[in-house]
Amino acid sequence: MAGFVRLIGVTKRFGDVTAVNNLNYEIGKGECFSMLGPSGCGKTTTLRMVAGFEDLSDGEVWVGDQLFSSPKKNHYTPPEKRNFGMVFQAFAVWPHLSVYENVAFPLRIRKLSESEIDQRTMDALKATNLVAAKDQSPDYLSGGGKQRVALARALAINPDVMLLDEPLSSLDPHLREEMRFEIKDLQMKYGFSIIYVTHDQSEAMALSDRILVMKLGVVQQIDTPLNIYNNPANKFVFSFIGLSNFLAVNQDGGSAQLPGGVALPAGVMIPDHLAGENVVSWASRPSEIDFVSADDPEGLHGVVNRKAFLGEIIDYQIQVGEQTLRVQKGRRDPGPEPGEACALRFLRPFWYKENE
Amino acid sequence: MNSLIIAGMSTVGSTIVGTFFAWLVTRTDMPHKKFMKSMFLVPFMLPSFIGAMAWKMLLSPNAGFINRFFMDNLGFDGPIFNLYSYYGISAVEVMYLFPFVFIQVCGALERMDPTLEESARISGAGLFTITRKITIPLVLPSILSGALLIMLYSMAHFGTVAVLGIENGIYNIPVLIYERIHQSGGSFESIRTGTVLATVLVISAACIIWAQRKILGSGHYQIIGGKSFRPMELKLRGLKYPLMFFCFAYIAFTIVLPTVVIFLVGGLSTYGLSFTPENLSLDNFKFILFEYDVTRDAIFNSVTLGLTAAIITMFAGVMISYVIVKMDVKGKGLLEFLGMLPFSVPGSVIALGVILAWSGQFGINLYNTVWIILVAYIARYMAFSLKANSAALEQVHDSLVEASRACGATMWQSLKDIVLPLVKPGMFAAFFLIFLPSLRELTVSIMLYAPTTRTIGVAIYTLNEDGETVISCALAAIALIIIIVGQTVINHFTKKESE
Repeated sequence: MAGFVRLIGVTKRFGDVTAVNNLNYEIGKGECFSMLGPSGCGKTTTLRMVAGFEDLSDGEVWVGDQLFSSPKKNHYTPPEKRNFGMVFQAFAVWPHLSVYENVAFPLRIRKLSESEIDQRTMDALKATNLVAAKDQSPDYLSGGGKQRVALARALAINPDVMLLDEPLSSLDPHLREEMRFEIKDLQMKYGFSIIYVTHDQSEAMALSDRILVMKLGVVQQIDTPLNIYNNPANKFVFSFIGLSNFLAVNQDGGSAQLPGGVALPAGVMIPDHLAGENVVSWASRPSEIDFVSADDPEGLHGVVNRKAFLGEIIDYQIQVGEQTLRVQKGRRDPGPEPGEACALRFLRPFWYKENE
Repeated sequence: MNSLIIAGMSTVGSTIVGTFFAWLVTRTDMPHKKFMKSMFLVPFMLPSFIGAMAWKMLLSPNAGFINRFFMDNLGFDGPIFNLYSYYGISAVEVMYLFPFVFIQVCGALERMDPTLEESARISGAGLFTITRKITIPLVLPSILSGALLIMLYSMAHFGTVAVLGIENGIYNIPVLIYERIHQSGGSFESIRTGTVLATVLVISAACIIWAQRKILGSGHYQIIGGKSFRPMELKLRGLKYPLMFFCFAYIAFTIVLPTVVIFLVGGLSTYGLSFTPENLSLDNFKFILFEYDVTRDAIFNSVTLGLTAAIITMFAGVMISYVIVKMDVKGKGLLEFLGMLPFSVPGSVIALGVILAWSGQFGINLYNTVWIILVAYIARYMAFSLKANSAALEQVHDSLVEASRACGATMWQSLKDIVLPLVKPGMFAAFFLIFLPSLRELTVSIMLYAPTTRTIGVAIYTLNEDGETVISCALAAIALIIIIVGQTVINHFTKKESE
């Protein structure tokens, strides 16, 4: 994909701490790109560097053929000259201005003609279903309403790039899902690129064309949502996306064994590149485990600790030697009862180094 | 009318000064901001009438050190600045009152969600536009409420005007009340005039409070929240060092200089001598601490009065705020209102009220005794205690007491073992909040003192009026030392708590 927004070797240091380390990626025109990671991983810092609120310690930020930030070349374009739309987590709508004036603000700054300001403001308000509320103070709107004002304000200048900093995490869960699709619809309509920062994996999955997973300032994987889920690059990505089980397997002394004297089932092979490790991690998703008959030699043997009915699914906790793991099955799929012995087969297991 | 002119000018001046400095220390990259912020708060704890005395020595038209310096050495014909004018009085009040606006605006600017400004920036607005269109409107309620507070204090303020204004016939209401009652020796006639004047004062105070409520109510934006990234800092670039220098100069000129003058004059053997080492000694300090009855008594009175008032209000405050915060009793709203009332009632009105209530009409005559000052202090400072204690009590969740009851403790045991230890910091805070101001109190005491019941403030003021400048300065210096030490102790305690 042709890179429209380009980050080249972007690095941010706060004193001795490297918050973002040598970040390289390109975002295409009209692409929705998410940065996903736990809090403190550097995703918001990265977004703020793109916006121009944080200086770069090293590297360059380009949009189209314009250089925006480069400490080496001593170049810095201030945020107000970058022509981005941006939506913040805490809404940041101005309580002393009406909804209409909030949205018109960026247009007034650009000294457009009164008729054009009105036209574009009304367009943005229509796109976000705010026409009825245009003369109110945003203080009287709900959280979702305020976030719509923020979106409309960002839309008004018709930006090429929209920066969204956890825009939905201050909203109620059901509103969150609704707004998620509203953002997607607006993107379809206007065709801007999105850089979306979130710690919520389902949000990232639902919205994005590509996801970047980040940990402690270092990129773990950049890929499509499907690939991130199906082919996680490492143990961190596996654990961060979706539910996960990890079983430690000892393979020092020739034969592989789980702690507590449980033998590795027949037919399960540890990949060759992990042969030198003393302990490896056997990863599985709770939904991708089948119960097999208790005497199956290819099954992993355990005992049911607990069985919880969660509505559509039933959640099991299985004791395997000294470790436990979770299994989730549909409610129409009756499994063993607590206290019963059982055997398990992993449909799509992954193997990782224990400490990665 | 004079009250209004002085209050108006002080308010406008303090608001401009306070807002400007608040903006400088919170929103710019000026060096040494932390230090400056704490220095700008210093005038809060210094009694302004002592400051007024210092300025009188520095700038009085004919004898002030600065005026003399300009006239003698630089050939000026007259004084460069006449302190005994509306401008002079207002300028001195501004120096001591601007922290009210400063604190309010600093708080608002610090609490303000920085994304409110960042979103304006990403919308394309430059820093100047943001300050004008976003920042100032958002902190306007804080600025106005600080300004009204200054107005209130300035109207009710006795010290500065009394020290600087009387010479040129500039009075405000509290000074006028004092003069009337003082000159006639407390006659019924004068008290009646005083009451009329006090009514005017109370009405204007009520108007101010009403306006403040209204502003806070209508404009109370929710600007708190969001992730607290460090707020945007305006790069001052070329102005950085000039502005820093300006701030330091301001601090040196308005805070350090007057204090130094007080200490120096306090060390002189006779007022008017130059500040040479042979003229300076600690004799005055020794004299007022150990030999001179008036000052010795004054210190003793102030300390005992302060301690007693602080202890009584501390305990009474805990009990009353317990009733207000934790119990569901009829009429507790009224109790709360009455308790908080003295916050806004000017000191001279309280003093008048105490005179009227306790000088025999209702069977008890405390007039001219030390007890009447105690009563007035308690009335005046109860609000501080209530505020500190109810803040502490609100932190103690009901479930803590319920848990202790569930463990088998009786109501009293839970109060003693659970509630009291938890509100102790609040009680401590209340104690110092009352003890320190009562040491420097002037407005109330001046109306109530008798020859044997002078407080420190009264002693400093009357000695100064009587021309005993050096002695009053020495006493003022001692008061300053006590206040600064006490304030350091408080800061130490409150810091420990917040850690």
